Amino acid sequence: MLEVKNLHVSINGNKILKGINLTINAGEVHAIMGPNGSGKSTLALVLAGREEYEVTDGEVFYNGENLLELSPEDRARKGLFLAFQYPVEIPGVSNVNLLKTALNEIRKFHNEEELDAIDFLNLIKDKMKLVELDESFLKRSVNEGFSGGEKKRNEIFQMAVLNPKLAILDETDSGLDIDALKVVANGVNKLKSKDNATIIVTHYQRLLDYIVPDFVHVLYDGKIVKSGGKELAFELEEKGYDWLKNSKEKVVTG
Amino acid sequence: MDNIIEFKEWFVKNFNTFEDSLNGENTPELHRVRKEALKNFSELSLPTLKDEEWRYTNISPLLKYNFTLPSEDLKISDELASKYLFGEMESNILIFVNGKFSKENSKLLNLPEGTMAGSISDAMKNNPEIIEKHFGKYTSYSNQIFTALSTAYTKNGAFVYVPEGKIVEDPIHIIFITTASEEKIIIQPRNLFVASKNSQVTIIEHFVSENDSIYFTNAVTEIVVEDNAIVDHYKLQEESKNAFHIARVEIDQKRSSNFTSHSISTGGVITRNDINARFNGEGGECTLNGLFLLEDKQLFDAHTLIDHASPLCNSHEHYKGILDDHSRGVFNGKVLVRQDAQKTNAFQQNNNILLSNNALVNTKPQLEIFADDVKCSHGATIGQIDEEARFYLKSRGIGEEAANAILIHAFASDVIKSMKIESVRNYSEDILSKRLNQ
Repeated sequence: MLEVKNLHVSINGNKILKGINLTINAGEVHAIMGPNGSGKSTLALVLAGREEYEVTDGEVFYNGENLLELSPEDRARKGLFLAFQYPVEIPGVSNVNLLKTALNEIRKFHNEEELDAIDFLNLIKDKMKLVELDESFLKRSVNEGFSGGEKKRNEIFQMAVLNPKLAILDETDSGLDIDALKVVANGVNKLKSKDNATIIVTHYQRLLDYIVPDFVHVLYDGKIVKSGGKELAFELEEKGYDWLKNSKEKVVTG
Repeated sequence: MDNIIEFKEWFVKNFNTFEDSLNGENTPELHRVRKEALKNFSELSLPTLKDEEWRYTNISPLLKYNFTLPSEDLKISDELASKYLFGEMESNILIFVNGKFSKENSKLLNLPEGTMAGSISDAMKNNPEIIEKHFGKYTSYSNQIFTALSTAYTKNGAFVYVPEGKIVEDPIHIIFITTASEEKIIIQPRNLFVASKNSQVTIIEHFVSENDSIYFTNAVTEIVVEDNAIVDHYKLQEESKNAFHIARVEIDQKRSSNFTSHSISTGGVITRNDINARFNGEGGECTLNGLFLLEDKQLFDAHTLIDHASPLCNSHEHYKGILDDHSRGVFNGKVLVRQDAQKTNAFQQNNNILLSNNALVNTKPQLEIFADDVKCSHGATIGQIDEEARFYLKSRGIGEEAANAILIHAFASDVIKSMKIESVRNYSEDILSKRLNQ
């Protein structure tokens, strides 16, 4: 579904990603871990189409198509979804308005009929239950006055409604207490299927107790230095990122 | 220079013709006032960029034209008359066509006893005591040139009088429809609204045009809000995009009165609104909110003054501008807190969004505070559409134009939401949507 080949990304002249290779197939859950500054969020934002980041080399193919040539809205319409690490507040735009507009734009893109207000509300009722949000939040402005946990649950709620093929969760666990974490993880797990794929970007292993990955990649200084199964996450938890740094250096000098 | 002389001369020369046209509708007192106003008009100078209050607003394009009073009485169909109503809202309707009151197209519902809504020329005939008491008392025709002109040529306008204790449930919707053809006309609505003690009324001043003709609206509105009265005022300006709109609204607020005014402005090539509210009594509340949408080469200038001449009053002002293309906006909000106006609360905010690199806004809050136990604040912002918010919307599949429209609606939403009447809110949202879709 997603093929990242030798991706190099800079921002303001600073090199962040220095040759990322990654392949993701439908039905898989990939975790991308790494210390602060390794480029995890950069990868997520570049895949979503944030223009500040400059791709200096490499290619990305999404279902065979050149992803980097698509606008952010077209990427979303073709099934890519980013759950932001810091979801922005948008006063004056209600949650229900945002979602209904987005869903209808995506449906229009696929030549499906747009939903009216009533059909839309029926569709989202159980999705709201999934992330334990109640109806009152629909009329509120997007993320305005939301706690950290509410913001993250809102991201998963949007994901549930828009039903993406490839979901990228950028540090969705950061700032969450264990209860909020469980709700978010439960939501993601229920949405998983053999037809879609999930990329979980995270610093801590904790979330991976609840959303079990098929593959774990460790990002260090702009490169994937190690890949493995879910056990790799436990090893990292135990030994810390320094272990990798040391072993990497050993490999270089060795 | 020649243009200015010509512009003024025409009005001075034409005055006698105009007075003759009044037939029997002239009283000695009104005649005296008109003549004095004309004299002032000829002696006062038209504003130039050297005048502080007109620093950013160049009216020389206005002076290029020879405006005349409309020569014929244009009749309009009922269909046209109802085109500018607000959905299913039941309201009292006063229609003015090219400045002249059209009784046939107007319609009053059941007004409370003693309430009057109609043309000011009828009021001058039938209710001279009210006119005598209030007309020209709140706006100066001795030092304001456009008011002097309006006073000299006062003939048409809306008159609303609500007696003590009466509550007018249905809004009074006053529509000024101007549709000129080859003539370049000047219309000078002279409005007077009086809300007596303990009364309540909602009044909507609505300026529209059926085409893009060039004309000049010189409007003067005096509003009296007596003790404990509540006036909810709206001004919707959708004039022709080639029209000149100069309007002055003077509000006199008595003890414990409550006045709210919402202004939405999209039309006119040059618009200048002067809104002055004065607290002549304790415990008053005044809210002045506005939204202006500008494109092409439109210029919009709002000069407001809230005069806290009495203690214990609250004022709240919020103006928002959305500017595109080469448009220019000017906001000058003055709050004066006089020495004895203790326990004043005055809040003022002006926020602007520029949608193009060539749009320009000049914003100048002015607080003059002479009392010491007060709470006053002011703020102004000039910015662009929030890039992060736009990216967030795009990342959910929403295209660039739709995202911009959503964010602009969001920007305008708090001003629109503060309008009490739902159908006016909806109408305002529609005006905004139409402008964004162009």
